[in-house]
Amino acid sequence: MRVEADQPKCVASGQCVLAAPDVFDQDDDGIVVVLDDHPEESTHDDVREAAAICPAAAIRLADK
Amino acid sequence: MTDRRPLRRIVIAGASAAGLSAAETLRREGFEGALTLIGREPHLPYDRPPLSKQVLTGTWPAERTALRRPEDIDALDLELRLGTAAAALSPAARTVTLADGTETGYDALIVATGVRPRRLPWCGTPGVHVLRDLPDALALRQRLTAGRRLVVVGAGFLGSEVAAAARTLDVAVTLVEPAPTPLAHLVGPDAGAFLTRLHRDNGVDLRLGTEVTGIVTAGGRATGVRLADGTLLPADDVLVAIGSEPNTAWLRDSGLRLFDGVLCDEYSAAAPDVYAAGDVARWHNPLFGTDMRVEHRTNAAEQGMAAARNLLHPERAAPFAPVPYFWSDQHGTRIQAYGCLRGHDEAQVVEGDPADGRFLVAYRTGPALTGALAVGMPPKALRRWRAAIAARTQWRSPADSLVA
Ligand SMILES: Cc1cc2nc3c(=O)[nH]c(=O)nc-3n(C[C@H](O)[C@H](O)[C@H](O)COP(=O)(O)OP(=O)(O)OC[C@H]3O[C@@H](n4cnc5c(N)ncnc54)[C@H](O)[C@@H]3O)c2cc1C
Ligand code: SF4
Repeated sequence: MRVEADQPKCVASGQCVLAAPDVFDQDDDGIVVVLDDHPEESTHDDVREAAAICPAAAIRLADK
Repeated sequence: MTDRRPLRRIVIAGASAAGLSAAETLRREGFEGALTLIGREPHLPYDRPPLSKQVLTGTWPAERTALRRPEDIDALDLELRLGTAAAALSPAARTVTLADGTETGYDALIVATGVRPRRLPWCGTPGVHVLRDLPDALALRQRLTAGRRLVVVGAGFLGSEVAAAARTLDVAVTLVEPAPTPLAHLVGPDAGAFLTRLHRDNGVDLRLGTEVTGIVTAGGRATGVRLADGTLLPADDVLVAIGSEPNTAWLRDSGLRLFDGVLCDEYSAAAPDVYAAGDVARWHNPLFGTDMRVEHRTNAAEQGMAAARNLLHPERAAPFAPVPYFWSDQHGTRIQAYGCLRGHDEAQVVEGDPADGRFLVAYRTGPALTGALAVGMPPKALRRWRAAIAARTQWRSPADSLVA
């Protein structure tokens, strides 16, 4: 799984950090930071949840 | 639950944030049956928050509001019925009748039809706008050119954001609000005073404590509004932003309980195999021990998800007990809030100072910390308060309410 974040779209809600704290963080302005763009299998459900719940549709997942 | 009918077809009414989230969750959780998504608008699901922000200022083209790429929608294998509203529901027959007269059966249904703007009698007059859908935003954007005069009726989040967007385009903006500050009942006096200053510093002519009583027209077009004290405010355009009403007219004869929204239990269930999610749903939030209906973007996605899961797995249904969250962007300032601010008994600035544009207000309702609103604070500070609200922290002095 590859994780991409569209930072200009991010609205700094922090929902992704709540859903998958090992994979996402926020900078001081609240904008999303991807900590691990090829996260471990064990986090994949959480990452999918984060992408689904992001209120700005700013997180994109690809297979590889 | 043992004699539950097999789930062959699930119908979702409403193809926006909540409906899309429900559809994605059903597929992610392995539902392989037929999935029908009915939407009144002809568009694939798009996002509304940018409509009063980037779309209105012209920084984003309309296409950028798409919630998913067409290929992501295709991958959900939906029967898309866009451009047709759901017109009636019969829970006994388990059918939804569409506006085009066709009927679709279902084994389970999710209602996600959202809200529409509350209108005033003269809202149909040319020159008077409301803002909910993409065409509303495009029509308004086209009118907002430098030097034009816009009167905004209502300084809630929507009216305030439109006023701010219009100022970036050098439109002369008058914002009229009956309360003593913008969002007075929601955010309290300190945050309200901050928002008042923010508007005025950015050149908005903010009229507080007065009401719009009617419009003035010439040649059938609005040319201004009249205030309660008789003042006439000339305008090229008027935006009415005085709140919304749930889209439940199509459910009138359904037997579902309608009370400012579709009334649901704590599982977001409105009737057997009928769920509701998003702006249209009024449900019992056990975290706050009260029924609520919230018009926030994050809630639409979260409740769509929760309703879909409870629908698929009623045997392990989980109460939907979120800490509501919203943000609003006004004049380049981002406001964020967690919890329930409405109806609070006390509001106190607990971090920072509104004079510096960086502060956090905590809200008490009864004995508990129920909300927090922040401007210009780092995300970690805000997340601590969210956790304290989720933990139902008792309000002592608010600063020690924080579980550090
Ligand atoms: C301009 C604007 C700015 C906003 N900004 C923010 C913000 O900054 N932060 C925030 O937290 N929230 C914001 N919101 C609120 C947020 O957009 C909503 O909470 C969210 O859109 C709710 O999603 P929903 O799917 O429940 O309802 P909706 O988005 O209202 O979607 C309901 C859908 O159902 C369709 N529909 C209606 N009736 C029928 C029918 N009978 N049959 C079939 N389909 C039907 C509608 O056409 C619509 O597409 C904003 C809203 C607007 C309008
Ligand atoms: S959930 Fe989306 S909008 Fe919120 S911080 Fe993460 S990427 Fe940004």
